[in-house]
Amino acid sequence: MADTTATATPEATTTEDGIRRRDFLDIAAVSAAGIGGLAVVYPLVSQMAPSKDVLAASTTEVDVSGIEPGQAIKAVFRKQPLFVKRLTAAEIEAANATSTGSLRDPESLADRTKEGNEDILVTMGVCTHLGCVPLGAAEGEVKGEYGGYFCPCHGSHYDTAGRIRKGPAPTNLEVPEYEFTSDTVIQVG
Amino acid sequence: MSFPWARQYEPKNGLTKFLDERLPLPRLVYNAIGAGYPVPRNLSYFWNFGVLAGFFLVVQIVTGVVLAMHYAANAQVAFATTEHIMRDVNWGWLMRYAHANGASFFFIVVYLHIFRGLFYSSYKAPREMIWLLGVVIFLLMMATAFMGYVLPWGQMSFWGAKVITGLFGAIPLVGEPIQVWLLGGFAPDNAALNRFFSLHFLLPFVIAGVVILHIWALHIPGSSNPTGVEVKSESDTVPFHPYYTAKDGFGLGIALLAYFAMVFFLPNALGHPDNYIEANPLSTPAHIVPEWYFWPFYAILRAFTVDFFFVPAKLMGVIAMFASILLWFFLPWLDKSPVRSGHYRPLFRKFFWFGLIPAMIVLFICGGAPAEEPYVILSQIATAYYFLHFLVILPIISSVEKPEPLPYSITEAVLGSDKKVVKGENTSPAV
Repeated sequence: MADTTATATPEATTTEDGIRRRDFLDIAAVSAAGIGGLAVVYPLVSQMAPSKDVLAASTTEVDVSGIEPGQAIKAVFRKQPLFVKRLTAAEIEAANATSTGSLRDPESLADRTKEGNEDILVTMGVCTHLGCVPLGAAEGEVKGEYGGYFCPCHGSHYDTAGRIRKGPAPTNLEVPEYEFTSDTVIQVG
Repeated sequence: MSFPWARQYEPKNGLTKFLDERLPLPRLVYNAIGAGYPVPRNLSYFWNFGVLAGFFLVVQIVTGVVLAMHYAANAQVAFATTEHIMRDVNWGWLMRYAHANGASFFFIVVYLHIFRGLFYSSYKAPREMIWLLGVVIFLLMMATAFMGYVLPWGQMSFWGAKVITGLFGAIPLVGEPIQVWLLGGFAPDNAALNRFFSLHFLLPFVIAGVVILHIWALHIPGSSNPTGVEVKSESDTVPFHPYYTAKDGFGLGIALLAYFAMVFFLPNALGHPDNYIEANPLSTPAHIVPEWYFWPFYAILRAFTVDFFFVPAKLMGVIAMFASILLWFFLPWLDKSPVRSGHYRPLFRKFFWFGLIPAMIVLFICGGAPAEEPYVILSQIATAYYFLHFLVILPIISSVEKPEPLPYSITEAVLGSDKKVVKGENTSPAV
């Protein structure tokens, strides 16, 4: 510390605007430490996000050709259950007979299916209330008062289009992003 | 601690007043690393390494906690999860390289810290307790580093675990049962890996606890200094903040440059390629060495090749290796010279630079070399000198040496023996 401070008077280290050399050094050092700190925080936060192998498993292909009308299969999409159901004519009729305006989460069956394949209903098997798996996909399970799905945890009833009709769930069963990659195969995600 | 002229903490606003009466954390910081802690004005950069060691302990804990989020301590998947960290986890490569090289840098700064302590005799009264706690920290670090190196479950991990636990097998009668008990099996496997992971996670926090005691003990007498002359008056000290926060900050900047140069450009330079081969209990790597920071002690272990009287060579090596560190606990009482700094001890200085340091360098090189000549004979000579130095030479030096004249005070050492400066005891430092 000795050399510069011992020989230089305070005036010599101050410019005309009254800024000292030391002020510059202080600001530069603290800024560098601050930016460095942020640069450290970024990877520390980012490392908790899904890793590459998790993201690589984030699409699922399902062959829907074997599903009979009225039957549903459970697949897995991003480690969560996925319901793929082929609706019967009666179920489609029941879904379309309901006026969307009266619903908690207004959506028509057409909104929730792909054009030309209105009988294939693809939804997450995750209740929008608190995440339980609703019943109704497997044979013999309770389908609820509206003939679709019923969540046993807190009693949410979904209709044949997977729309919430009764109970605490706030929204319809989520329809994930998917597309038909051929006439009989869908790719989810 | 305090010198009577230490600045007093005064809470300035409502919040600090509120805190000061309930949980006086700001006061603690002010008195520990703030303007309220007077420190000798003449500390050199050798006094930076305590702060740097604390910094690298924090780096190891932060990166270690992150790695533990992605690692699984199971012999089936440990190696694969390590690769998963390297390839799949966002910034996982950075976390792992920062952790692996962080261990090396932790040891580098701690070795320089110990070197400082040895040359300036920082272990002498009234600072024996600081030194003893430091040796405890060093032993804990060695245990932690060893167990951490086992976790990736590569070839070096496995054989390191087998060899080091084998040391306990040298104990007469109970050795083998102890080794089996330590491993939870007859060779390192799932049980050993799991317990090593558990302890590797625990010990750094134990180290942090002992570090707090180490700093507490330091703050009673305050830091030593390059002259070894105790603080006499206010003109001998400057407040820790801003003087040493700035000096430590600068040192930290240099250390970080070196550290990240390694992390980014030479991340595997201090590791062993064999550890990227998964553990194989049926094949030992041809050249098996521990991490570089264990080399001197590994050389002492291997220096004993023949049985001594009734003591088998294997047991002698193990005893010597542990004794080489445990004797540090007796250092404050082996070196009886009242003069601390090596700068004023001509005889001590000669044996330090031309005896102890070359012996340590030889041990370091031999520990990393294969167990063949000339390394064996060199390690034997260096091991002999190492023990002689501490157990015989140091005590003799302290009684026969004529120390050089000490400066009257730290101020005099810094500014020269201008009578006006020395006698004006309560003047503030001329900065």
